[in-house]
Amino acid sequence: MKLLTHNMLTSHVKGVTKGYPLLIKATEVKVNEVDFNPQFVSRMIPKLEWSALVQAADELGHRQDLPVELVPEYEKNEEFLKKVHRVLLEVEVIEGCLRCPESGREFPISRGIPNMLLNDDEV
Amino acid sequence: MATSTRQSCLKYLLHLAQDNLDFRLPEIKSLLALRGKPFHYSGNFQEKTPFWCLDELSEEDVRGVMARSVCAKSAFELWGHGKTHSELKTSLLKYPTENMSPFMCKDSTYRINVYTFNKTLEFEDRIKRIDSMDYLPFEGTVNLKSPQHIFCLLEDYGTDPNDIPEHPNYIYFGRWIADGQRELIRSHSVKNRHFIGNTSMDAGLSFIMANHAKVNKNDLVFDPFVGTGSLLVACSHFRAYVCGTDIDYNTIHGRGRSSRKNKTWRGPDENIRANLRQYGTEDMYIDVMVSDASKHVWREAALFDAIITDPPYGIRESTRRTGSHKDVIKPQDAIYEESHVPVTQAYHLSDIFTDLLNFSAHHLVLGGRLVYWLPVYRPEYCVEMVPLKPMSSGSSATVSRRSPAIPHAA
Repeated sequence: MKLLTHNMLTSHVKGVTKGYPLLIKATEVKVNEVDFNPQFVSRMIPKLEWSALVQAADELGHRQDLPVELVPEYEKNEEFLKKVHRVLLEVEVIEGCLRCPESGREFPISRGIPNMLLNDDEV
Repeated sequence: MATSTRQSCLKYLLHLAQDNLDFRLPEIKSLLALRGKPFHYSGNFQEKTPFWCLDELSEEDVRGVMARSVCAKSAFELWGHGKTHSELKTSLLKYPTENMSPFMCKDSTYRINVYTFNKTLEFEDRIKRIDSMDYLPFEGTVNLKSPQHIFCLLEDYGTDPNDIPEHPNYIYFGRWIADGQRELIRSHSVKNRHFIGNTSMDAGLSFIMANHAKVNKNDLVFDPFVGTGSLLVACSHFRAYVCGTDIDYNTIHGRGRSSRKNKTWRGPDENIRANLRQYGTEDMYIDVMVSDASKHVWREAALFDAIITDPPYGIRESTRRTGSHKDVIKPQDAIYEESHVPVTQAYHLSDIFTDLLNFSAHHLVLGGRLVYWLPVYRPEYCVEMVPLKPMSSGSSATVSRRSPAIPHAA
């Protein structure tokens, strides 16, 4: 699971009102190289919950020196975009789980794939 | 001034493949829309014929469309046309010389092709056709192998193979500009794909869907019923980033029985990511997840540029969602096993589409498209049967629909 995906996910457990962001508990993290595409990264930044991304990157030990606040004119800042690119697309959680911040429900991640299915009593 | 007016009034001829007839017009319109161009035909337009004349386009537009189209075979700059060869001659002689001469000058090389639709011409007849074009001021040298310019004489003998007329119904002559992407149908065939399932979407149709969805470079595309990811393969080819979910744990993890003949179990690396790797687009892979489309997991925001999917209809692929009708006894200790398979219940077709439309209305960007297959019973089908969803305020997602995959209850 990439952090771009994590940034877009929320808990869907019945009754939960504040299910975002999901906490990441990782036992295996990998960095896979992906071609840097500044246009795509620039397009994605406005769609992101910036603080959730920084927090997730921090938890996985890949924050680099990403600022708490989004920098202005990031489209022209290649160095910054490269860091965001790395966090969004290259850092991957291979084993671990996602934890709903409110209910505590955990969604396992195995071989890089989160399992978001709920049980019959949770839907 | 006169020249520039004429130049901007050039007409282009599209030669389309005679299959998936209903999908051709939406494809070409979508590809033109991607370039901000309207679909403008010249003369009387017949959708089901293999030749369409378009105008109000530049050569660049036509090249752009052909770089994406799987419905169009080739495109030509139309120099002349008519019902008979003499009409064609009159028409060609009227075509401005200044438009022709750059491609016919002395030190250029060229070739003339003869193409007939719904009739096969003998070799001698083809030569005769070419020789009869001697009224055109060709000054270059013929080069059959690698000419600088290719011209084509196209004869249309109608679409009825049981009633082929003696003389063509219509004749066109033009300069070849570009070929479409028909080759993708072969190069991306599911026959040679690493990871497939029982209902993997045909390569050609996947590319057509991606085109209908106006999938563009740097888009983020989502498939909520991803299966083996055939639609993601097509979208990633057009340089869109892709993600998907499926309720089937085994499919997402590439486990279980193989869909291939003579092979019982799936290999260790049979998954969607490997499919993208096979076609050199692994960089476009975002993620796939095990998830139930009826209980989506995405935060409320316009996240996706396109949603493109082939939902299950309950005929070849069963329709399930999590949940049970029975009273559930809550387990004492909630331990969530990674490979736990929850109880599922039937997911009615109409609910699938309602959920899909609702989800798309909330998660597509402004102007983003949802493209999906809707099973219909052909004899009773009419456009009014397509489910509609008024889009929530501020969002004006276009819902594009595709008709029949399987006639229901046929």
